[in-house]
Amino acid sequence: MFIGLALAALSASAHAAVASDARQAAMPGAAKKTCGAITVVAAADLTYAMNEVVANFEKATGCVVRLSMGSSGNFLMQIENGAPFDVFFSADIAYPKKLEAEGFAAPGSTYLYALGKIVLWVRNDSRLDISKGLEVLRDPSIQKIAIANPLHAPYGRAAEEALRKAGVYDAVKNKLVLGESTSQAAQFVESGNADIGILALSLVAPPTLKVQGRSWMIPEDLYAPIQQGAVAVRASQNPEAAREFLEYVKTPAMVALLERYGLALPGKGKP
Amino acid sequence: MNWQAIALSLKLAACVAGILLVAGLPIAYWVTFSRWRWKFLVEAIVALPLVLPPTVLGYYILAGLGPRNLPGKIWQSWFGHTLPFTFGGLLVASVLYSLPFAVQPFSAGFETVDRGLIEASWTLGSSRLVTFFRVILPLSAAGAITGTVLSFAHTIGEFGVVLMVGGNIPGVTRTVSIDIYDQVQAGNYGTANRTSLVLLLFSFLVLSVIYGANRRALGMWRKP
Repeated sequence: MFIGLALAALSASAHAAVASDARQAAMPGAAKKTCGAITVVAAADLTYAMNEVVANFEKATGCVVRLSMGSSGNFLMQIENGAPFDVFFSADIAYPKKLEAEGFAAPGSTYLYALGKIVLWVRNDSRLDISKGLEVLRDPSIQKIAIANPLHAPYGRAAEEALRKAGVYDAVKNKLVLGESTSQAAQFVESGNADIGILALSLVAPPTLKVQGRSWMIPEDLYAPIQQGAVAVRASQNPEAAREFLEYVKTPAMVALLERYGLALPGKGKP
Repeated sequence: MNWQAIALSLKLAACVAGILLVAGLPIAYWVTFSRWRWKFLVEAIVALPLVLPPTVLGYYILAGLGPRNLPGKIWQSWFGHTLPFTFGGLLVASVLYSLPFAVQPFSAGFETVDRGLIEASWTLGSSRLVTFFRVILPLSAAGAITGTVLSFAHTIGEFGVVLMVGGNIPGVTRTVSIDIYDQVQAGNYGTANRTSLVLLLFSFLVLSVIYGANRRALGMWRKP
């Protein structure tokens, strides 16, 4: 069985190589050098936005990007233990900073790519009137409220902070169910198992086409801004392409793209 | 160290092992002694959790038994809530997930019992039930112990399903494996380390005790 797996992996990578050659051949002007492949790991709240960024980047440069979404805490630990990643988009800038301090990230490569925002979200078939804001959570018909785990997920931390500042935390704390990331919290509400959730705006913003739900922006004075940072991994086998990807995300077109997903830079984006 | 999570895991595992002892023995008996030609289909279903990723079971419980689908709606009208985020939900998932770990050793135990002894018991006028408890079960005690312990241990070690459908509620669904995961995610490697070590030692201890007892039980029953 292992041989089979190895063969499958081998042929998959061969396919990827062929695909990248074809793409480069098709765009002789765009790809001046062989760019190869990089692995980008990104926080779960970026699921939708990062797919689009990567598609644009691949088209523009001919590089091949292997994209993997997950929890920032997991990626942090994996990079500290030598995972073969090239670029890390964290939901919390503290992780890239920590990696840089520990020597696992390319010095000076950490940068703030967006401020994350949180929203109250219900499915369209919900009878809850979310325009009432966080007070709606006191509604006795609510059995479960989904948030990300405040212990390690930045969006969960922000959600808990907002609940406390709005004075409803004690009233709702027994109804909280914790997703391991904000996207698992979203899945709890989407599947109907939780009645309402506090989620990352980037998971429910218009381009994600989540038309089956309604959201209410949680006022930004209720929680500390979720500073999201990216960094180049020091052990990268392809540091040029990794740097190129980070620079690409800083271009105005990509900044605007992220903004459409509710991932605006400080002082930008609709409130 | 999160003793609450450890206690919850022990409670869950004990419940699962108890349920599977009661429910697994008849299933194993039927699987072992039935001559039905389609029996292999039931055997395949029992063994499914050995092969299925926990994510499949987790997904079905979350989506299939969620309030948007008919089975979930029926469940909700009976119990007032859906399965995810409850201890009952973890129990259902764990019983399904540990089923082969109980039934297969039970069944293997029954296989070792001499058919002649069973038939002798029947011809001497003992009912099937009496024969089961006074002949078959004592002669296959090792299998019964192994199955019960394996389902207990397997539940302690369960992670994927709980992560998907538990919702991480302290004292209700935050089991010790989830707690370790959370501590690692939060970078509290010290805490994760201590809890992991306790779990490792506990698992080793339980299994050692059982295998030790198992050997004695085997010896006891095999002696004339």
